[in-house]
Amino acid sequence: MSKEMTGAEMVIEALADQGVRHIFGYPGGAVLPIYDAIFQQDKVRHILVRHEQGAVHAAEGYARSTGKVGCVLVTSGPGATNAVTGLTDALMDSIPIVCITGQVPTHLIGNDAFQECDTVGITRPCTKHNYLVKSIADLPRVLHEAFHIASSGRPGPVVVDIPKDIQFAKGTYSKPKDFQHKGYRPKLKGDMEKIKAAIELMARAKRPLFYTGGGVINSGPHASALLRELVQLTGYPITSTLMGLGAFPSANPQWLGMLGMHGTLEANMAMHDCDVMVCIGARFDDRITGRLDAFSPGSKKIHVDIDASSINKNVKVDIPIIGDCAHVLEDMVRLWRTSSIQPDKKSLQSWWTQIDKWRARKSLAYRPSNEVIKPQYAIQRLYELTKDKDVYITTEVGQHQMWAAQFFGFQEPNRWMTSGGLGTMGYGLPSSVGVQLAHPKSLVIDIAGEASVLMTMQEISTAVQYRLPIKIFILNNQYMGMVRQWQELLHGGRYSESYTHSLPDFVKLAEAYHAHGIRCDKPGDLDHAIREMIDVDKPVIFDCLVDQNENCFPMIPSGRAHNEMLLGDAAEKLEDAITEEGKMLV
Amino acid sequence: MTTTTTSHYPTAPTAQKLESHTLSVLVDNEPGVLARVIGLFSGRGYNIESLTVSETEHRAHLSLITIVTTGTPMVIEQIKNQLDRLVPVHHVVDMTVTGRAIERELAMVKVKGKGEHRVEALRLADAFRARVIDATTESFIFEITGKSDKIEQFILLMLPLGLVEVSRTGIAAILRGPEGM
Repeated sequence: MSKEMTGAEMVIEALADQGVRHIFGYPGGAVLPIYDAIFQQDKVRHILVRHEQGAVHAAEGYARSTGKVGCVLVTSGPGATNAVTGLTDALMDSIPIVCITGQVPTHLIGNDAFQECDTVGITRPCTKHNYLVKSIADLPRVLHEAFHIASSGRPGPVVVDIPKDIQFAKGTYSKPKDFQHKGYRPKLKGDMEKIKAAIELMARAKRPLFYTGGGVINSGPHASALLRELVQLTGYPITSTLMGLGAFPSANPQWLGMLGMHGTLEANMAMHDCDVMVCIGARFDDRITGRLDAFSPGSKKIHVDIDASSINKNVKVDIPIIGDCAHVLEDMVRLWRTSSIQPDKKSLQSWWTQIDKWRARKSLAYRPSNEVIKPQYAIQRLYELTKDKDVYITTEVGQHQMWAAQFFGFQEPNRWMTSGGLGTMGYGLPSSVGVQLAHPKSLVIDIAGEASVLMTMQEISTAVQYRLPIKIFILNNQYMGMVRQWQELLHGGRYSESYTHSLPDFVKLAEAYHAHGIRCDKPGDLDHAIREMIDVDKPVIFDCLVDQNENCFPMIPSGRAHNEMLLGDAAEKLEDAITEEGKMLV
Repeated sequence: MTTTTTSHYPTAPTAQKLESHTLSVLVDNEPGVLARVIGLFSGRGYNIESLTVSETEHRAHLSLITIVTTGTPMVIEQIKNQLDRLVPVHHVVDMTVTGRAIERELAMVKVKGKGEHRVEALRLADAFRARVIDATTESFIFEITGKSDKIEQFILLMLPLGLVEVSRTGIAAILRGPEGM
């Protein structure tokens, strides 16, 4: 059924037809007709953020925690340019976003008009696709296409730039159809011959390892369920990237912890020494591989990815499988069940013995203290006191993010929202706004650093306005901790500009925003303070003053391989036999 | 033990042999599509040696982009996959890999001179089957088509005879035989 309406009304109609219930945005001259249309309806609820970057991060949190497309509405010029960081973040982490931007009227495009910028030009490299709608006749198709492109294949952000005259123009709206895009066809099913070869290789493995990533989460809860089934059927160890946490439960004994630069010793050593690596929905990012020419030198590699350009980009693999994780995992589980080849139990046993030796090194260990709160301890307590609750975690970027990944246990997918690819400080607070909106009854915690959180602190105002009781748990060490850690390791301890003087009083800041502030600086008071944070039914800023000098270990230093990890001084020494122990730096 | 770098990025991979490939990219003929393609090349640090674009089927709104690029085999593979990922891209064919590609280029070559130089330029043009498409008493413009190396050779010969300027189309490529791409 088609209806006559204005472009602005079409936007709302299309959002509603696409199942959108919330849109994050900020008004301005070039989107006023759409805001007028929002005012006159109640199908789509608008959430007013305080900065357009916050709108995109909130939409990312919303999308990541629900599996739906996150929606953003911003004005032309500065509205669009402010959204660029969020769009790039969503592109790097494959988060489905539709961002509608206002544009100056078509006859003024290219005229350096007020609040004009070349939005499609600026956002071309930071979106999966973008559109400038120059005719009202194209608008319904473009809007529906935007949702299809954002959410299918490898998900990503899509920008629809709509000039103001098109928002006013009248046209015929049409409902989303099961249309076929002219050329865009993401491949879902993997090549069966390749999957068969992969299963055979896996079954003959002596030192196998699953290495999974955010692609499994993006593929939906079904993919995580199938992954669990396959890992359990095979009995093989599994590690995951930062983006993949939660696809496999951390409480399971087959879980080795996160891998990569700040991954566990057992995960990285297993990556280095494995003979068959099964990579599912991860992309051999430089934080994962370390030194490329020494990356897992003895292994045959299987790589499942929906994006062909992720395959053989950094690391040459032996069996590439292009397809959606859930589809391929389904085939893998079925073939494994019917496979005639039995894995060699003896070699598998000795592989696990080796892994247990690495585990015994306790690479995450730190020196506890009764005087100061160790940041790791703070995360451990936060986990212990919230693990029985319905909890969602977001983070900012830096040491606190790595400690959260190391010490907070994730048992389910879509519970962990973090900026992995772009590493955007300031992601966590607005992201938690989006998560809380999607899950009003759940406990949503932003594990933050004091430097990161100040970048988007204004969004606490959004949380207060919409009564979103997010908890901002700040590990405050007064340093940009990760920057300081690198300066300590690589730049002779010259802490150039990594210390923040004149930090605000976070408790007073919370009160100024009509939120609740808590400060804690003693390990003995921590549990009580965390309980208070959980119990307060409004946004909380928790200023947790932690050990200023703590560094994040273990770590693969620059230019090193997986088996050359740097461990903290609390980890077990090298008495146990470990392969290539001479290379280990303790 | 490896050397410690002062960056937290992995060191650059050791140099591999570069190859030159001709890619045919069939795209929707819509605004911005060329910007997407060349933006991808500049953004990811790939080379463009030659680029030719034109609409092929007006009714189907399709354009063909022919790109000559250089890179290691892994980079060439990446370029193909990255191009394929662009939403308005229908097909990417590596013409060099097919081994069945015919590649041609057209150049217009302006030569200025009098007397013996003028006669020599005409003689060479005849040998290269270049046509005269404009003439004055002191200049010629030649039109020449062929493989790039033939055109290079012709330009080289015109240099001492009074070469003024050259305008080249870049390479267009098509597959031999009855099948389309």
